Amino acid sequence: MRRVNNLGGPARYGVTGHGAEIASLPRRLCDGWKSAAGRDAERRGDVSTANAIRNGAAIVLVAGRGDDTSSPPGRGGVVSKSAEAPAAPESSRQRPGRRQLMLNAAAVCGGIVLWGAAVSFARVGLPSPGQVLARAIELVRSGQLLADLVASLSRVLAGFALGVALAIPVGFLMGWYSTARGLIEPFVQFFRMIPPLAVIPLAIVTMGIGETPKVFVIFLAVFLSSVIATFQGVVSVDKTLINAARVLGAKDGTIFRRVIVPASTPFILVGMRIGLGSAWATVVAAELIAAQSGLGFRMQQAELYYDLATIFVSLITIGILGLAMDRLLLALEMRLTQWQERM
Amino acid sequence: MTNKISFRNVSRRFAHHGASFLALDRLSVEVAEGEFVTMVGPSGCGKSTALAIAAGLLEPTEGEMIVDGRLVHGPGPERGVIFQQYALFPWLTVRQNVEFGLRIAGKRAAERRAIAQHFIDLVGLADFADSLPKVLSGGMKQRCAIARAYAVDPTILLMDEPFGALDALTRVQMQDQLLDAWSRELRTVMFVTHDVNEAVYLANRVIVMAARPGRLYEIIPVDLPYPRTEAIRLSQEFAEIRNRVWRAVYHQPTTAPDSAAQENFGEVK
Repeated sequence: MRRVNNLGGPARYGVTGHGAEIASLPRRLCDGWKSAAGRDAERRGDVSTANAIRNGAAIVLVAGRGDDTSSPPGRGGVVSKSAEAPAAPESSRQRPGRRQLMLNAAAVCGGIVLWGAAVSFARVGLPSPGQVLARAIELVRSGQLLADLVASLSRVLAGFALGVALAIPVGFLMGWYSTARGLIEPFVQFFRMIPPLAVIPLAIVTMGIGETPKVFVIFLAVFLSSVIATFQGVVSVDKTLINAARVLGAKDGTIFRRVIVPASTPFILVGMRIGLGSAWATVVAAELIAAQSGLGFRMQQAELYYDLATIFVSLITIGILGLAMDRLLLALEMRLTQWQERM
Repeated sequence: MTNKISFRNVSRRFAHHGASFLALDRLSVEVAEGEFVTMVGPSGCGKSTALAIAAGLLEPTEGEMIVDGRLVHGPGPERGVIFQQYALFPWLTVRQNVEFGLRIAGKRAAERRAIAQHFIDLVGLADFADSLPKVLSGGMKQRCAIARAYAVDPTILLMDEPFGALDALTRVQMQDQLLDAWSRELRTVMFVTHDVNEAVYLANRVIVMAARPGRLYEIIPVDLPYPRTEAIRLSQEFAEIRNRVWRAVYHQPTTAPDSAAQENFGEVK
């Protein structure tokens, strides 16, 4: 019973009575295991606890945070001792909680106020939040912001989709067949060391100044970061799981589909998130160098006219879009890998 | 009784950093149909290797591994294997884990579900049928693994220290449940353990192995009736057999003196 909850604070224990008080605890948790919990308590010589459990009560571990008692089995409420009790993994990582969101919002507002104060008192030569907002409204009305945004986003998505589409099969190939690994790995490791941006001059010379070189560079950035992650995922699949599938009659094809693919999904998703980050970084840089549209191009134009407000609007848009896409992938990751035991 | 599992001069050599070492040296053991044998011995006695060979997960370097009168080539659904590390698929629920082998065997959905439900009930996990393994305790995970192995209806169960990671109390419960299931549905069981009490409590015969190289040391019959009960566990007869097995395991004349001490710390994979 000496378990500290995963939020770090000390846990409170209590024996709840019959009926209403345990209603919030999942019923099946109490019913299924009250006998085992009772036996355990009895062995420890804790007779009153054992009796309480046998009468339908349960030992409830109340986590430090108030909202955790209603969570499903394994999330918050824990019955009985460690070996026969369901483990209690995460809770803090998935739900930030209202307090955290309030703090976030307050920090953002505070930042904007500080920015405004710095501009008006310190004469730093930067546009004020109001000016940036006005320019943003202007750019939205004229449709230019949307056009730039679509141009940049479509490059990112095209490069990202192509990169991931190639990285996943190649990563699996490398992890599954040592021959493929031996042949492909030197190239992957070598090109990984070259920043994708360094390829831009070459791409422009050989592919012209259209969309192709930009999408290519993004593709390269995404491919290189995702392929390693996928490969790592396949290599680190627990051999016991493969053996377990084999003894249940699975052949290679089934093992691949039903064991390797799901087991390496967490790695692939992490690789995709890293890939998305580098795609976003690459597109802006590529547009700064050679483009006729996009957020990077707009900033480059604004630079010529000393139009700081437009640069600010572009930067903030890039930040918000990148964050939104990352959160989207994170949500997907949480959904697809919720089976993982998180510490 | 016919022989279900036969090791005939089975040896296994592993290459390790250029050098090769003999993990199993000419093991010859016969296990009869319906028998419950346990295999016990110090670290490095090749007991897990022997089990993996019987399972078809390892090929013998020399000798013949025969199951049901046929040479073993690879794993087969007639041999269920239970691993110490449970080896549940963490992305599948208890029910989906139990259905895994049935799906491979090409059973229809309704039949799969019925069979899975039967074995989930048998191991007492009905309330957790749709839970993911991460919410289960160690004992519950191992019960799920047992249900998964039973579901494909193997005639042989090969168990590699299945209760090794459980605490002593849960372990005793699991032993009783295993014997209960074994006595109801006749299966041949080969059970590897490093716990002398467990080896004696479960078995018809205890196979004691010796280390470096791993080889057969002694086979000790356990002439105690089934069902095994707490009374038997605490009886004088049990103690005598346990002491005999204990001496065979810990006082092997040819074993290096450090191996007994290692027994307590080794075998952690």
